[in-house]
Parts: sequence; structure tokens; C-alpha cells
Amino acid sequence: MPPQVQRLVAWAERRLPSLTRLRHAEPLPILLHRRRIYIVPTGFGMGFSLLLAVMLVGALNYANNAALMLTCLLGAAASGSMLVAFRVLNGLTIGGVRAGTARAGEAVRVSIDVAASQRERMAVRLDVAGREFAFVVPDGGTATVEFELPAEFRGWLALPRMRLHSRWPFGLFRAWSWLHPDRNVLVYPRPEAHGPKPFEPRGDADRGRPRPGDEPAALREYRAGDPRRQIAWKLSARHHGLLVKDLEQPAPQEDWRLDWDGMHGLDDESRIARLTRWIDEARDAGRRWSLRLPDAYFDVAQGDEHYHRCMTALALRP
Amino acid sequence: MTGFRPSLRRAPTTDPVLGKRPFDLLCLTMAFVLLVHAAHLPLWLTGALAVVLAARWRQRRRGGRNAPAWIKLPLIGLLLGAVVMQNGTLFGREPGSAFAVGLLVLKLLESEHRRDARVGIAFACFALMSALLFDQGLVASFFVCLGIVPALATLRSLEEIDPQGTSLAGEFKPVLLALLAAVPLSLFAFLFVPRLSTPLWGAPQNAASTTGLSNRLAPGEMMELMTDDTPALRVTFAGPPPANAERYFRAFTMQWFDGKAWAPGFRNARRPPAPAEYGAQTVYEVSVEPTHDRVVPMLDLPMAAPPDTAMRADHTVLAQKRIDEVTSFPGLAATRYRLEATLDDDVRRENLLLPMGVGPRARALAASWAQRYGNDPQAIARAALAMFHANFSYTLAAPPLGQDRIDDFLFGTREGYCEHFASTFTFLMRAAGLPARVVTGYQGGYWNANARYLLVRRSDAHAWSEVWLEGRGWVRFDPTAAVRPERVQLGAAAANAGHGGNDGLFDMAWLRNLRDRWDVVNQWWNRGVIGFDALRQQGLLQPFGIARAESSELVAIFAVGCALLVAVALGWALFQRHEGDALDASMRRLQRKLARVGVVRRTGEGPKHFLARAARALPGQRNALERLGELYLRSRYGHDEPPPESVIRFRREVKEFKARRVVK
Repeated sequence: MPPQVQRLVAWAERRLPSLTRLRHAEPLPILLHRRRIYIVPTGFGMGFSLLLAVMLVGALNYANNAALMLTCLLGAAASGSMLVAFRVLNGLTIGGVRAGTARAGEAVRVSIDVAASQRERMAVRLDVAGREFAFVVPDGGTATVEFELPAEFRGWLALPRMRLHSRWPFGLFRAWSWLHPDRNVLVYPRPEAHGPKPFEPRGDADRGRPRPGDEPAALREYRAGDPRRQIAWKLSARHHGLLVKDLEQPAPQEDWRLDWDGMHGLDDESRIARLTRWIDEARDAGRRWSLRLPDAYFDVAQGDEHYHRCMTALALRP
Repeated sequence: MTGFRPSLRRAPTTDPVLGKRPFDLLCLTMAFVLLVHAAHLPLWLTGALAVVLAARWRQRRRGGRNAPAWIKLPLIGLLLGAVVMQNGTLFGREPGSAFAVGLLVLKLLESEHRRDARVGIAFACFALMSALLFDQGLVASFFVCLGIVPALATLRSLEEIDPQGTSLAGEFKPVLLALLAAVPLSLFAFLFVPRLSTPLWGAPQNAASTTGLSNRLAPGEMMELMTDDTPALRVTFAGPPPANAERYFRAFTMQWFDGKAWAPGFRNARRPPAPAEYGAQTVYEVSVEPTHDRVVPMLDLPMAAPPDTAMRADHTVLAQKRIDEVTSFPGLAATRYRLEATLDDDVRRENLLLPMGVGPRARALAASWAQRYGNDPQAIARAALAMFHANFSYTLAAPPLGQDRIDDFLFGTREGYCEHFASTFTFLMRAAGLPARVVTGYQGGYWNANARYLLVRRSDAHAWSEVWLEGRGWVRFDPTAAVRPERVQLGAAAANAGHGGNDGLFDMAWLRNLRDRWDVVNQWWNRGVIGFDALRQQGLLQPFGIARAESSELVAIFAVGCALLVAVALGWALFQRHEGDALDASMRRLQRKLARVGVVRRTGEGPKHFLARAARALPGQRNALERLGELYLRSRYGHDEPPPESVIRFRREVKEFKARRVVK
């Protein structure tokens, strides 16, 4: 790009922030004002003005003043609708971006609040993620738009530039403003589809096998071969069949100590995918786990907070 | 992300299907178009199109979709055939508009999507305008303008997200408001859009038969006029209006009689206006309703031709162009005059001609008068008038006449109206050897005292005679006045009382008053709106000292005015009510003052923190700022509503506060 053009673009960026989609991200909340709302006639508006021109020439040619008045009235109403379109967007506030969690390869749900402090705003449309969302912003209220963004990679996903526009009231003009909220959505890494269990200090031989314990865990129907001393006689007397005290318990789950460096011969992404799978499995099994990364260590714990902290660290691995 | 395509528009997704409400409004718009065109469309076509419209509306309401091609194509063919059958051609005003309206209604059959509705609405606007080519009267124009409302409401409901939420009337109110807001700009544009002094292409040929006087006087021809109450002329006088009996408006003279009808003679057009001497004069202006004819009825006797007109030998006036819209002519009339004191032999002969074999008994009667009164022509005329007065009666319901109209009327029916009397009287005068001719025009009129003008209706059409008398020239004789003096002294309505069909109703005073006022409104519309042409536009700036505004000046004024109006509208659009109360307004003022010296309130910064920061930044005004901060906090948070006295105090202190930059 020659320097003049660059300067021009830079000027446009500075002075006409919403005309150029190259606009830099801006902090929320975004208040729409006259410097960033643009209006052009729609295709229908072009056609309609052509029609008005024909009507004007016809009325003038036939010196038909009533027709001229009709044309003038239509024209004035049409041009007035331009200002109405502008007023639909003027003063709207875009804020309150909320995002759900998603993994790479899935779609992340994002919701955006559009608020109007004055006037009901009819037919506001938001173009984002290849779709158009139409909504009404109530007077002094908020409209919420929910959409899904495809998330391909782990890490921060920047919200795309989106266009807020309106053709209200007659569809003759389109007022629009480009938005580029400075807001990122975290996308967790994608777990690998299948792979080995993490290394456990006690070995795999009797992992998870039930062992007899001391405390009765539950009652169950008698099965042939159950030792007699385990029959709950008193309770069975009140029932039709024999009940047996089940003393077997699953092995207490070992804490998983997940270590980045514990995997050999894998590249970074595969390590992240595997650790993600392990953490998912640990959480699903109610296990406690710790995670050691080259630059961080999360001590043994469980629960949502621990999970999200670990996932965030994994998502943000360089 | 829509991607970095250079165009601002997204690729069009599939066109949304019309909802129920937009389709209803679309149908309503089309019905309106049909209605405003109904006046000139053949009745059967209007009816058929209305049936198609209603059927389509019903069909889609029940969930039907596009009509198949085997219905649409034959219908279009049928429409085309019908229009061509009716008019003989497809081109021209009537067939063109009939075809356009028909296509518009048939377009509904395939209106399923938003795009169809938009196209339909755009052409409906055009069709509405084309209705004004037929009639641009006040009522017609009003109805056509009303047609914009459903059209715009349709466009609006196409954009609405949930159109079912509002009632049908709720759709119209915002549109009406938008139109109301558009009125100033449209009026301005109407006044200042430069008019064309000559049309770019031919003005439409008006196929409508001439309405108003015709240059033939045949039995029954006038009857249609005499029962038509639409206005024909409006006359304003510089001085007091002439007496009713003096209000003769001359349109045609007729010299040629074939026994049935009178027609203009051949010599009239070729001669210059006959010389005349004039007495008392009346200055007036006559505004003529469109007749699609060239004749301009002028107050008897016109002295000179107004601009753009020509006067013929008999002092009737023809405009250069057909009068297709309301046109005003300044006039100068002599109420006393001597017209054509000497008569050429040719002209005398023409005015004595009688058809062969017509009215033998009338001729005998005239001959007997001629014998008795010899060379006193006035006595002959008096004798004829006396006969009419004694034995004849005035009625609009004249019995039919037999083969010999003159004799049958004179000696048979003896009932008739101006046409019969003028025709027979002229015949008698010619038979008695006096040059005579029939004059048609208007007589009388209604003096509208509210607006001080004379309203002449078509029903005031009249026929009378002129007899050439030695030394006095052409003298007006009105045999109808001899039969029924009220006709001339009070006007047609009085004469017809009890004879016509519809007059009892119009006798009621309040109704007459209402009609007066209504006519004033019409007059205002005709003069102010329809008659606002290039000439009047050039005179628009006369109050500002510009005698003749050129179109470049008009364009400049138009541009400047539009810019002003746009500025006003932009002010409205950009105006943003600040939220909050008076306390907040004062706080904003303080913020502006502080921002000027570099202390800008950050987003999300509370008032306490902000003012403390300001006090730190401006140590010289620390005390003032701390006091202000405390006052604000106390007013804002110490009460549910800030007490008025502390608001006033805060406002005053903010006003007195002067932020001074710290010199570092």
C-alpha cells in the first residue's frame, strides 16, 4: 500500500470509525452516535427514488400540480424516513457480552445486550456469524441477542466484527454501524478421542476392583453363594426375600497426578489434547487430580473451579 | 463474521415470505388504487378486478399460495383483450391506466414474497398518481393522497418484526404522523420546484367529450348542461358586481340554422372584431374550469381580447390553447355599447338566411308584424316578446317537438326554455326582415358574498338573441326574460324552482351556505394549487422585490430552503434527551468544566472518587471541589428525591465554579 493510501486509511480509521470494517477493537460498552452511524439507500430505495423521479418529470410535463404535490409528499416522507432510520440506531448501547464455554471444534454461545435509554427501537438487526438477528429494543430496556460462534482453535477467540443495522421504517434506507467489541471468548482445547490412561503410582493391576470392607454400604437381594453372616436377618424378616449386607466397596480412587513432562514422544498439541481428556475423565469420575505444566502447577483438588483453572491454563498454552 | 467482501450488502438470503398483515395491507392498497381509478374505468372492469382482488385475499388467508400460471396467463390475456376491445387501442390515457390498474391487481396473484410486495407498492404509487391525470380536483386529490397511507403502511409492516402485535389502525397512525412531518418539505418543494414552461413531450390528448357549452344549439343539447351543477366560471370584479340582469357571458354566436339546429356562420372567423363604441366599463377576472375547448365565456360585451386569446368578429373570445385546466383571464367589458353600427351586405345576408320550407306559419306571422309596424324594428321585436309573455310558459321539461320545430313550438306546445325561445325569436326576426343571430353563453350566476366572487355553474347556461337595429348595432333581446323574468333577474335556480328534479334540496339556507363555503375551498384549490403554473411561480418572489424569478433563482432558493429544513430535521434526529434530573444536568456541567482543564471523568468512576481526584489535580480549588462533592453526595444519596433547594444551590455553585488550570 502506498504511504498516501495508508495515511488515508489511517485517517478513515480515526475519523470514520464505522465506515471501515478495519476498525480496531473497542472496549465495551459501545455507544452508537452520529459519528459512527452511516446511511445509504437500499436497492429498493434506489428503485423508489427512480420512480419518484419519473413521477416528478411526468407531473411537471403535464403541468399537473396535484400529481406534483403527491410526488413531493412521497419524496418528503421518503427522505424523512432516512432520519428515522438514523434515530433507530442513535444512542443504542452495546454491552454485556456473555459467552458460554466451548471446546475447539464446537460452537460457542455468545449473547450480547443491546440497550436503549430512550425510545423504543423497532426492527434493529444484527449481522453476525453469517446470520441476521432481528429484534426490538424496548424503551429504556434491553434486548439480548444470542448467537453461536464456531470455535476452531483453543485459546482466545476474538468476537468478530458485527454490523448493527436497520431499514426501519420503510426499507428505503439502511442505517448501519460496524461494531468490533474488544472482547475475547475462551475456547478450551479439544480432548483427544482415545488414548491411554494416565500413569498411576500403584499400577493398574487391581485398580477399581471391589474389595471387601468393614462398613455395610448397601442392602441387596440375596444371591446364591453369599456368606451367611452377611445376611441381614432382622431386616429380611420384614421383607419377602432375604436381604444381604453388601460390604464390598470400590477401591478408593487414586489422585491423578498429571504431568506435562510425564509424556514422552508427543508434540505440544497432543499433550494438551491428552491432558484435556484426562482432566475431563477425572472430573467425570469424581477423581481428584493435580496438573503440572512447564510454567504452572495446580495442586491436587477437584471441583469446577479447579477444572476451569486447569482448562484455562491448557487453552492458553502457547 | 461476514468476511471482507467489498460490498456493504450481504448476499441476499432467500426472500422472506409475506406475512398476513403485510399482505392485508397490500390488498388494501390495491383496493384503494382501484377505487380512485373507478371513476373512469368501465364499471365491468372495476367489478371484475375487485372480484379478483377479493378472491385472492380470501384464498391466501386460507393458506393458499401463488396462483398457477394457467390461471394467471389467461387472466392477463383477458385483461389485454378487454382493454383493447373497449378502447380500440392499448395506448392513451384511458386504456393505459385501465391496463396498468389491471396488471397491478393481477400482480397480487403472484405476490408471495417481500420483493413482490415492494414492487407492487412502488407501482401502486405510480398508479395513484396517474389517477390525477383524470381529475385533479380537491376531492380526487385528497383521496389519492389518502392512498399513500396504506402504501407506506405496507412498506412499514414489511420491516416490522412482529406485525401481528399491533392493530390495523395502529399501522396507520405512525404513517400518518410521518406524512404530517413531511408536509413542510413537500410544500416547499411544491412551491419551488421549477415548472416547465413548455412540456417535454406532448400533453395527453383528452378523449373526454367537451363539457360545457358547445358551438351548436340543438334541442336537448343544452338540457344536459342545465341540470349540471358543477362550476363553470368564477368571476371576481374590480368594482361592485353588475346586477343579475346584466350578467350575460358571451361564448358563441350562431348564424346558421338548418331548421333543427343552430351553428356558427362562416364569416365570423375570418373577419376582424367588429368596430364598437363603448360606454360604462367593468373590470373583472374570469377563471374558467377545464372544458377541453378553446372558447372563453366573457362578460358582455368584451372590449379587448385578454392575453393568449383572440377575439372574433362577433366579439366572442377564443383562447390560443384548449382550456385543460383552470385558467384565469383578465377581462374588460362594456355594459353599454354599440356594436357594428354599419352592417356589411354579406353579413346582413348571412343573418337573414332561413332554411327552405321551415315554419310557414311563423313566416306568415312575422310578415304580418312587418306589415303592421313597417319600419319600426323595435316594435316588431316588442310584439314578439309580448306574444311570448302572454302565451308561453317556461319549463325545463319541454314536450317533444314535431317535424317543424318552429311552427310546432309557436302554435303547438308553447312550453320550453331558453333554447326554444331564442331559436324561435331569432327565426321570427329574420322572417320579419331583421338581421338576427343566436348567442349562447351563461347568464346570472351566484354571488358568493363570503369570498366576493360570482360563481357561474353549467346550469346557468343560457341562449338569447341579438337583433341588428339600424343605428344601434347589435342589440340583445332575451325572449326567455319575457316569459319568465326570474330566470334573468334571479338566476337559473329560481327559474327552475318547481320544474327540475333536484332543486328543492338546494333551497335550504344552511345547505346553500355550506355549498358556498365548499365552493370557496374548491376555488382556493383551483387557483392556489392547480393553477400554480410557471408564470405564477415566477411571481412568487414579488413580495421580496424580485419581479420575475428565474428558474436558477428558484433552484437556489429550493436548495437553501431544503438545507434549512434538513438542518431542522437533523436537529430533531440528533437531539438526545439527557437522562437524569436537574442535579445530573448540573453535574454534567461541572464535568464539562473540569474536562476543559484536563480532569476527565472515567467510565465507571463514581462522583465521590471523581471529585476527589479533581481536588487532587487542582489543589487551588480543593475547597470548592470538596464542598461541591459533599453537596452532590448529600443531595443525591441523602434523600429519595434530591430536595429542590439543594439542587438549586448545587446548580448555582457549579455555575460560579471556575476551573483554572494548574500552572506547572
